[in-house]
Amino acid sequence: MTRYIRRAALLCALLLVALLVNVVRVQLVRSETYSGNPANRRTDIARWGQPRGDILVGGRPVTGSRDTGGLFRYARTYTDGPLYAPVTGFASQVYGSTLLEHARDGLLAGTDPGLAALPLLSGLTRARSAGGTVVTTIDPEAQRAAHEGLAGRHGAVAALDPVTGRILALVSAPSYDPGELSGTGAASARAWRRLDGDPDRPMLNRAVGQTYPPGSTFKVVTAAAALDAGVAGDLDAPTDSPDPYTLPGTRTRLTNEVEGCTDASLRYAFAWSCNTVFARLGVETGWKAMSRTAAAFGFDAPGPRVPFAVARSTFAASGASAAKRDRAQLALSSIGQFDTRATPLQMAMVASAVAGDGSVPVPYLVERTTTAAGTTLSAARPRTLHRAMRRETAERLRELMTGVVEEGTGANAAIPGAVVGGKTGTAQHGVGNAGTPYAWFISWARAEDAPAPAVAVAVVVEDARAGRGEISGGGDAAPIARAVMEAVLGDRAARER
Amino acid sequence: MRQTGRRGVEVSLVGLAVLLSVYGYCAVGLARHGALPPGAAGYGAGLAVPALLAHLAVRFRAPGADPVLLPIAVLLNGLGLVLIYRLDLETPGEAAAPAQLNWSALGVALFLVVVVALDDHRVLRRYGYVCVLGALALLTAPILFPAVNGARIWVRLAGFSLQPGEFAKVLLAVFFAGYLAANGHALAHSGRRLWLLRVPTGRVLGPVVAIWLLSVGVLVLERDLGTSLLFFGLFVVLLYVATGRTGWVAAGLLLAVAGAVAVGRLEPHVHGRVEDWLHPFASIEAGQGPGQLAQSLFAFAAGGVLGTGLGEGHSVLIGFAAKSDFILATAGEELGLAGLLAVFALYALLVERGYRAGLALRDPFGRLLAVGLASILALQVFVIAGGVTGLIPLTGMAMPFLAQGGSSLVTNWVIVALLVRLSDRARRDAAEREDDLARPPGGEAAAAGAGPAASSYDGTAAP
Repeated sequence: MTRYIRRAALLCALLLVALLVNVVRVQLVRSETYSGNPANRRTDIARWGQPRGDILVGGRPVTGSRDTGGLFRYARTYTDGPLYAPVTGFASQVYGSTLLEHARDGLLAGTDPGLAALPLLSGLTRARSAGGTVVTTIDPEAQRAAHEGLAGRHGAVAALDPVTGRILALVSAPSYDPGELSGTGAASARAWRRLDGDPDRPMLNRAVGQTYPPGSTFKVVTAAAALDAGVAGDLDAPTDSPDPYTLPGTRTRLTNEVEGCTDASLRYAFAWSCNTVFARLGVETGWKAMSRTAAAFGFDAPGPRVPFAVARSTFAASGASAAKRDRAQLALSSIGQFDTRATPLQMAMVASAVAGDGSVPVPYLVERTTTAAGTTLSAARPRTLHRAMRRETAERLRELMTGVVEEGTGANAAIPGAVVGGKTGTAQHGVGNAGTPYAWFISWARAEDAPAPAVAVAVVVEDARAGRGEISGGGDAAPIARAVMEAVLGDRAARER
Repeated sequence: MRQTGRRGVEVSLVGLAVLLSVYGYCAVGLARHGALPPGAAGYGAGLAVPALLAHLAVRFRAPGADPVLLPIAVLLNGLGLVLIYRLDLETPGEAAAPAQLNWSALGVALFLVVVVALDDHRVLRRYGYVCVLGALALLTAPILFPAVNGARIWVRLAGFSLQPGEFAKVLLAVFFAGYLAANGHALAHSGRRLWLLRVPTGRVLGPVVAIWLLSVGVLVLERDLGTSLLFFGLFVVLLYVATGRTGWVAAGLLLAVAGAVAVGRLEPHVHGRVEDWLHPFASIEAGQGPGQLAQSLFAFAAGGVLGTGLGEGHSVLIGFAAKSDFILATAGEELGLAGLLAVFALYALLVERGYRAGLALRDPFGRLLAVGLASILALQVFVIAGGVTGLIPLTGMAMPFLAQGGSSLVTNWVIVALLVRLSDRARRDAAEREDDLARPPGGEAAAAGAGPAASSYDGTAAP
């Protein structure tokens, strides 16, 4: 019997070995796979198990965390949620995250390995770092001015520091309160259904996520290309332009909203936005030079990451062969119609290039990131995207843009004590151009005694209150731009005092 | 080792087991509230006093008993209490630890009764048929009561829920051991030869097969497949040890596989368990969220090598039965692979000591009983631990000593009490054998004769 007892014991030992091998499989070999399973709530429990790091605007946190007492312990809160929603995005325990909350999630949630004082040790002890802090470049006054300017409308504002590329304001309207989506309750689900199904798309950040036909504001790019290419020279010389202008190879006649465009000088045509002059100028400059300049401004390339992605702005319809790019299309593209589309941020970059010395700054939203204790982890370094035009061209364009504000369509943007340049735009869109036109205004401002420009801004209003035909960038968009520029200039003046 | 030395080892290990348990209890409190839990002293006393009483009973009534058995039982029981207390924190209003502590006390009380009252295990042999009738009565009782979660294994009396099947395990082990000790030789060497198998006469084989079929039938009706599997395994192991016929083991295994396949195909409850085992994440892919087994696997995976630490895991996500059938997942998550290996080592040691007692005993009944009881523990650990880790289809069963559930806990204490008694007898048997060998007259010849004599006593040809 002894032999059989030993054999039965051997069987038990085999069962034990099977258990051990399987446990090693589950806890070691398959551990990562199981832990990474989206249905495994441990990741989320850990992520929400501590207060999320904060996002700072003007040195003050615009976010917070509240203790829910639930399985997902801390839920996100927002002060002035709708105001900063186009910057922060939302961080929901159910619906994921967007914008800065998404782009800097690892840092805010505390999972970023850079946060750990001793990364190897924390891997062993499983201690989680406190969430880090994201310091934004947003100017709270400018942001508020833009937000209030767009109140009740659909549209967007993007404002940049033209020298560094710091984003000073990023506003989209209508907005929403991201705090409504934070938790796991029925209220969050209702809010999500309401916001997600809203035809006005409040969760869309129109300043970076939506492209519009830029209309006449694109004439800045056309003028830059023409001046750089030598097609245009003297700003005051007659341009030999007919009115109306028959698009090359077609019988379509392009007209103007204003008088006096026949043979107008570049200065007059820019100030009063003569379509005929710039359509012809674009055709004269040619596809090649126009495309090159547009690309140098940032068109026809993936949008910058600020750190979240910006939609691609286009000049020439991508992929179209040179043969197909006929001159009639070039004429329309040159006045910001046809296939030309731009995000408000892209147009702010155009204004920045003019305001500066002709080079386009890379826009950024995060000034620096720190640990919860305040140790800086990363700090932004201003960079240049491209030189978009020659220095002298930029100088002449500044002259043209100040002309718009001093005695042109952009008079509403004038600020006493500051040099302001601008360009209005009224963009047709929809089938047969039947939609309410978009009102545009792009501009920059420099305090009279300051050597460098303080702000460049782009404003688009989708549904200007004026009726069709009356709509104009100067009437609807320029006052908003002025308010933003005044806020930045005022802040800067206050700081220097 | 002198017998007093054995008891010294035992009391030291029991003290260590109590300390480890109290330490675990404190670790939970510190992790959750940053302070020692207020009940730590009471909990420690609640564990230490019964453990000490058990030790004293062993010291005076079974001084030769294996000194490792009792400490392992205390440690596993203490660890189980820690894990249940820890899970209680996640389910306010459903505290299970206090009841479990009471059941532990009752279990130790029964341990004391067995150790003190049962002078010689061979007495049990006389009650073989009483045991089997009792086992059948216990197994059939739940049929009169409503099913709980698909299994008809509960008896509700005066607010208590009992699983009589747990107690039946011990009774059946006693019966099988007694019956096979008496008829093992006849089973192995009588009857006609049929192809490769020697089939014993119906008179010898009849009763045991009938009773076994009956008990398994009852279990299938009650849908408690874990216990059914356990009884079958126990039967096959003891049959093999008693007769040494591999053919029967093979036939038994074939029967088991055929039965398992048939039940798995036909019975929807079991079929679902098999499907879960084959595709633990199917419910996730179907958009219904993770099922229990998936949650259990997630818990083990979250533990990794070192575990999250007591009180720091989320095994409560398993939901229903997290404190009972799935208690090992909490150990796996919070104590990690390291802790789990330690737990398995404790079970392995317990089983090994049971087998060792079986080897050292001289009477076939005692040998079979020791092997049977140890095998119950081994099979039970395998079935439930294999189930919750996805090794085999999950069948509801209590992890011995760890899981919430009074019936199981009390039964396991009785098993350990019997093993204590058996190991004490084994020690005395070994001492007598030494005395036989040391007897001066006869010299070489007497010593040479002792071996075959012992062997024939075993009823086998080989020592």
